Amino acid sequence: MADVRRVISILVENESSVLSRVSGLFAGRGYNIETLTVAPIPDTNRSRITIATKGSKRVIEQITKQLHKLIPVYKVVEHEEMVEKELILVKFPIDEKLADIQALCQAYNGGIANVGADMIIGVVTDEPRRVKNFVEATKRYNPIEIVRGGVVAIER
Amino acid sequence: MNMSGARMVCEALIAEGVKTVFGYPGGAIMNVYDEIYKQDGFEHILNRHEQAAVHAADGYARATGDVGVAMVTSGPGFTNAVTGLATAYMDSIPMVVISGQVPLSLIGTDGFQEIDAVGISRPCTKHNYLVRELSDLPRILKEAFHIARSGRPGPVLVDIPKDITAQIGEFKYPNSVNIPSYKPTTKGNKRQIDKAVEAILKSKKPLLYIGGGVVLSNASDLVRKLADISGIPAVETLMARGVMGANNPLLQGMLGMHGNYSSNMAMSETDLIISLGARFDDRVTGKLSEFAKYADIIHVDIDPANISKLVDVDYPIVGDVSIVLEKMIDGLEGKINSDRYSDWRAVLDKYDNLHPLSYEDSDEVIKPQWVIERVGELIGEDAIITSDVGQHQMWTAQHYPFDRPRQWINSGGLGTMGFGFPAAIGAKKGCPNKTVINFTGDGSILMNMQELVTASEYKIAVVNIILNNNFLGMVRQWQSFFYDNRFAETDLSYQPNYKAVAEACGGIGYDVTTKEEFDKALKDAIEQDRVAFINVSVNRFENVLPMVPAGGALYNMILADKAKEK
Repeated sequence: MADVRRVISILVENESSVLSRVSGLFAGRGYNIETLTVAPIPDTNRSRITIATKGSKRVIEQITKQLHKLIPVYKVVEHEEMVEKELILVKFPIDEKLADIQALCQAYNGGIANVGADMIIGVVTDEPRRVKNFVEATKRYNPIEIVRGGVVAIER
Repeated sequence: MNMSGARMVCEALIAEGVKTVFGYPGGAIMNVYDEIYKQDGFEHILNRHEQAAVHAADGYARATGDVGVAMVTSGPGFTNAVTGLATAYMDSIPMVVISGQVPLSLIGTDGFQEIDAVGISRPCTKHNYLVRELSDLPRILKEAFHIARSGRPGPVLVDIPKDITAQIGEFKYPNSVNIPSYKPTTKGNKRQIDKAVEAILKSKKPLLYIGGGVVLSNASDLVRKLADISGIPAVETLMARGVMGANNPLLQGMLGMHGNYSSNMAMSETDLIISLGARFDDRVTGKLSEFAKYADIIHVDIDPANISKLVDVDYPIVGDVSIVLEKMIDGLEGKINSDRYSDWRAVLDKYDNLHPLSYEDSDEVIKPQWVIERVGELIGEDAIITSDVGQHQMWTAQHYPFDRPRQWINSGGLGTMGFGFPAAIGAKKGCPNKTVINFTGDGSILMNMQELVTASEYKIAVVNIILNNNFLGMVRQWQSFFYDNRFAETDLSYQPNYKAVAEACGGIGYDVTTKEEFDKALKDAIEQDRVAFINVSVNRFENVLPMVPAGGALYNMILADKAKEK
């Protein structure tokens, strides 16, 4: 069976060990984690964990079922119809052209986050596939550091 | 009512109806032991190793169906308990283990006897808790018992820091549990059950594939009824021995790696598998691509993750096998008669006649299979049989005439050597009127032999029958078959004096080399009503057969004994 990429959104009880339960499940059963983000949901005692993963259809099905079995997990959402966004920060040397970098970031729904004495920081929020293209495109401006934020997703 | 956290633990156990706790004290759990000393709501059994304490709680749970309870201290007390937790987890045994932990203020500082118990036990418990507030303790204990026994059962660890057990607070044990994120599906989807019934009515060669879930769900009577009204033949997994009853004509036997010929052939030729509380373990299926190639599959399991995990399923039914079976039987009754599958049964009978489960008995040396059959003849249904892990376990599963569920207790999933003796102690505590016999080997018995002292102290009369071949037999068998007789580290000829060891610890021992001696020893051991070792010298190079080599197809069994006697 060919591998497919999936984003899985997990609604969990916001307790201290829940992230390790989820990540430990992936590690222990040999499932792949491409990106993982977690944050509390406002005004609740719940958190959302979003994991981008790859696996055969059977493995993806197992992942969602095994996640469901964890006691503090309320809900597992996994399907193809998700709006996905990923955040990325890129640091460039100050001697690169600010206007070009700004134009590049804008082309990917972003802009300049900060300009300091010796560096420019660009920020982009876009679909994971486009973020990958953005990373490619930044190469001609000699990026010093790249920080990717991981995927967040919501049902369409 | 105000009381210490330690007292709350005891009160909760009493409220849960716990009669027996197996455990071992230590620094971080001392507050609780102080309260155990003061109460008389339950009995505490002091095992001589934490692993044995947890296995004993496990054996108690398997024999009685109640939640087993064990108590250990922090650090090494807990790490010793991990094998017990993992054993229970793999076989879905309801159990609550309470461990002490260093005080909250010391957590994370590498304190004396500190270890991250919830971190270590996460993959081998159904759930676990570190108690951080005394006010959470009653709720957590209530939830622990609920989670352990509901849904797919399993062990739950409650790790309690020492300062929590010392603090005083109000105790009100909750009457009910509310965990919004935990609602196991038990009923089974009606439409799926209807479809499954239709599939059964259309099938020509259906087969009941019975797993340990039937035992856990107390569904044996329903399975027997289903078989009875339909005439559908059945195979049992290692964990399900006893469900159908040894003399049931519809029972083909055990399937899998050491299953008998007709069981494995039935699985290979069936057109409809009716899987009841079984999980298509690799020791059952053999080579997956060759497994049950002609069959549609009905899979009834309380754990949705078991369904289509290894084998694609046509009729998935998530639910408690008892509840689902009642509906299934309702749907089938009147529409099916047991003549329908007589041709199919005749085929299986032919297979069984062709290669029946058998062994060659001997007058010169005791055959291990003979010992098991003999115990079956002499004690049979009255006994609870436990085993360790290895050849003796497989021979027992093959040859003992199990007549009822919960009669057979063994570590199937994890395959834990050292399980049998402490599990027998737990089973005997749970069922004091039954004769409890542990079939073990000269490898396994050494792994929890200190329990002789426990069994002697508390007068827990379990009989350990050591099928002694001076080998780590199962590994030796694989070395004979697949490693060209290179017996790497499996020759156990250097042996303790088992009789003397048993007697040194307050039990009774027997050395047996003939059938007559065995009969005498067994009779005497049971009459003595003390913990016993019966050390039986058996044929050294006996193999467990038939055998499906690991990764081979179920229908390719090694039938005749290939091993060359040395």
